[in-house]
Amino acid sequence: MVGITSYGAYVPLYRLSREAIARGARGEKAICNFDEDSITMAAAASIDCLTGIDRETIDGLYFATTTSPYKEKSGAAIVAMATDLKENVFTADFAHSLRAGTSALMSAIDAVKAGSAKKVMVTAADTRLGVPTSPYEQNFGDGAGALLIGDSNVIATIEASYSVYSEIMDVWRADGDTFIRSWEDRFTTTHGYTAVVGEAISGLLKKTGLKPGDLAKVVLYTPDARRSADLAKKLGFDVKTQLQDPFFNNMGSTGTALPLMLLVAALEEAKAGDRILLASYGNGSDAFVLQVTEQIQKIKGRRGMKGHLESKKVIDDYKQYLVWRGILPIELRKETVAFISAPALWRERDANLRFHGVKCQVCGTIQYPPQRVCTKCHAKDQFEPYRLSDKKAKIFTYSMDYITYPVLERPVVNAAIDFDGGGRTLCYLTDREAEQVQCGLPVEMSFRKLFVKDGIHNYFWKAIPLRT
Amino acid sequence: MEGIKDKVAIVGMGCTKFGELWDKNHKDLLVDACYEAFEDAGIESKDIQMAWYGSRETGFTGTQLANALKLEYIPISRVENFCAGGTDTFRNACYAVASGVCDIALAVGVEKCKDHYGGFCMDILDPFDRSMVEWELPPASQFALLATRYMHHYGWKYEDFKRILSMIDVKNHHNGTMSPKAQFRREITVEQAMNAPMISYPLGLFDACGVSDGSAAAIITTPAIAKKMRKDYILVRALALTNGAGQAIIQPEYNFISIPETVTAAEHAYEEAGITDPRNEVDLAVVHDCFSITELMTYEDLQFSPRGKAPEDVEAGTFTLEGELPVNTDGGLKCFGHPLSASGLRMIYEVYKQLQGKAGERQLKKADVGLTHNVGGVCGFFNCTVALFGKP
Repeated sequence: MVGITSYGAYVPLYRLSREAIARGARGEKAICNFDEDSITMAAAASIDCLTGIDRETIDGLYFATTTSPYKEKSGAAIVAMATDLKENVFTADFAHSLRAGTSALMSAIDAVKAGSAKKVMVTAADTRLGVPTSPYEQNFGDGAGALLIGDSNVIATIEASYSVYSEIMDVWRADGDTFIRSWEDRFTTTHGYTAVVGEAISGLLKKTGLKPGDLAKVVLYTPDARRSADLAKKLGFDVKTQLQDPFFNNMGSTGTALPLMLLVAALEEAKAGDRILLASYGNGSDAFVLQVTEQIQKIKGRRGMKGHLESKKVIDDYKQYLVWRGILPIELRKETVAFISAPALWRERDANLRFHGVKCQVCGTIQYPPQRVCTKCHAKDQFEPYRLSDKKAKIFTYSMDYITYPVLERPVVNAAIDFDGGGRTLCYLTDREAEQVQCGLPVEMSFRKLFVKDGIHNYFWKAIPLRT
Repeated sequence: MEGIKDKVAIVGMGCTKFGELWDKNHKDLLVDACYEAFEDAGIESKDIQMAWYGSRETGFTGTQLANALKLEYIPISRVENFCAGGTDTFRNACYAVASGVCDIALAVGVEKCKDHYGGFCMDILDPFDRSMVEWELPPASQFALLATRYMHHYGWKYEDFKRILSMIDVKNHHNGTMSPKAQFRREITVEQAMNAPMISYPLGLFDACGVSDGSAAAIITTPAIAKKMRKDYILVRALALTNGAGQAIIQPEYNFISIPETVTAAEHAYEEAGITDPRNEVDLAVVHDCFSITELMTYEDLQFSPRGKAPEDVEAGTFTLEGELPVNTDGGLKCFGHPLSASGLRMIYEVYKQLQGKAGERQLKKADVGLTHNVGGVCGFFNCTVALFGKP
């Protein structure tokens, strides 16, 4: 019995008030911080999904996005490193289509069914850009979802699926485009979303013999506030009781990630026996029927959609959003640093991406970054790796720099933090308000981007105030 | 182990004006500092047998110095040890003379910080490399880590602690008005310092030293030769150097209320010089006030003030020119700016002049034993020098 065995999600802390984009626009959209992107968000969702699960048992990771920072280079490998998966797992990147999230899901289901993998992580993230002030910019939100697919301890079985493809120019981004392009609404609604998703769902209902009333929840990708409700109504579902809230008012449409994120939200509210319908869209549609099992009660301790949506900081500074996304150019320093060293990135990958410290096998002292000679007992080369990315910590001391670069955030908070269970490091504090920073503040680690230079994205871990 | 005490003497020193010297290159500065030292010692450049050249971001290898002064085919080593580079350059030259391998050595430090955009590079990457794969460690933020924890540890309110730090800034600015070679020569008020723009919380503009160009040089020889050259030569009493091993960022025990590198270097120096009561035996100290918090902590780390009590001494005026133990009599880094490898030798220059009674307006009544102190780097990776000087 193949199905979902765990779920996780990530919604960035920051929400931009739509009013800041256009007067009278309602609600908020989730926006990632300047140091986040689809890779960091996917890593966060995957880690949320792996709460309480031995990471050694994962044997595949599929990463779906239309907004990888790289055109040629795997994002899945970076997500797998940040998630601290073992090296001999199958990773794959699914891209170029808003349907990539469910393409990855379909592939994972097939892999487990075929027996080539036991536990496959499927994660999807997007941070799409609409032309400044356009309805697209208002509608889009940033976020990530993650589902673990396996065949034991399944919380929701995959009962059936049905897919259609459809060639149409409705929404697209050509090579070199920064912003979404589209044809007019009247055309894309009629022959795009509504027709194609409708066809997939009708096909699935016919295939399974299910009636709209048999489904506890209908989870639909939606490009905007209304489209999924209109479609659900047209198909005979009761919008109020059956349609999963797309969180348009407090998140926005998160592209490739949306179907997975909404499914996570549906699972958070589901009870054993519930049937859930899931449908994506993007030059076609993948539709699934899932059935929730008794195992659902055992899923605990995740932030998921609920926790992440509740934990937020609303900003109304549109200029800041434009700067964070690189749309509004800002004066950068005369570079004092000429390059990012690829050999150094590669050599330090366990320390920088997995955030592995070491534990001295002689005296037990935990140390970061990894040392050759123990800081305490001076034993040489007697260490075991020690993961710090999942440890909570407290600020020992800090500084708040108002003049240094990057100018993407002011002040830059540097903090010496002490991990619960041992170990100290010095790092940046991100997703924080200057007023809340103090000695003793509880923090957790978050995978972020440090610098970008010559197309090299240099990822690292930063601390964030504990998200509650 | 014998130590360096009374084995070497300074017979000449030179120091350029420190500041934004847009019209001078590093070789101009080397010539100006060294020729003042030659004249002071009554020697010529051909008398130099070996030389040590300190620079961090200004020219590679000893040939920079050889070319500037036309020192022909003598051994010159370049020394780089961050903010302690100047004193370490001096230290190497002293050890050479003490070992007997040469009779007259030159130690000179120089820096043209202002040829770099914004001066001293803002971004120091751990472990001081340029591969950009780890976090940045801006100096102000590093020293601010110490200030934050000191405040927290001793329960200071921000405004009250800021006033103490500002009093240090005001004292140094006052001393600087009497230093013709200083970059900044104007008085400031406590209110000005307290209300200045924040650089890195809790340190503001006046808590930070300036960035400048400059050079300083010393001629070192044996006491026996020195005696023949001049009456008022100055003796080296102790030279200590310590380096951190990364403890601050690895060990939770590192407390950020003290700089252990300074504590240890001071202990070594006092032992070497035979000093048991520093507060009463040292007449003046020129210390590393890259930031006001550094000077405050240094009072305690050098054993001038009991732990946690340096603020009381600041309020009592202990370290002013008229105080019990004047510190940074020339205005310190605060007024001279900090051309890294030149600063240590600039500090020795001040002690040398004070001990000779040639410090002009800021001359102390009693100046028999002087101390210099440098601390460079970032928390856990500081290198620190403490040197002691006396009269024959």
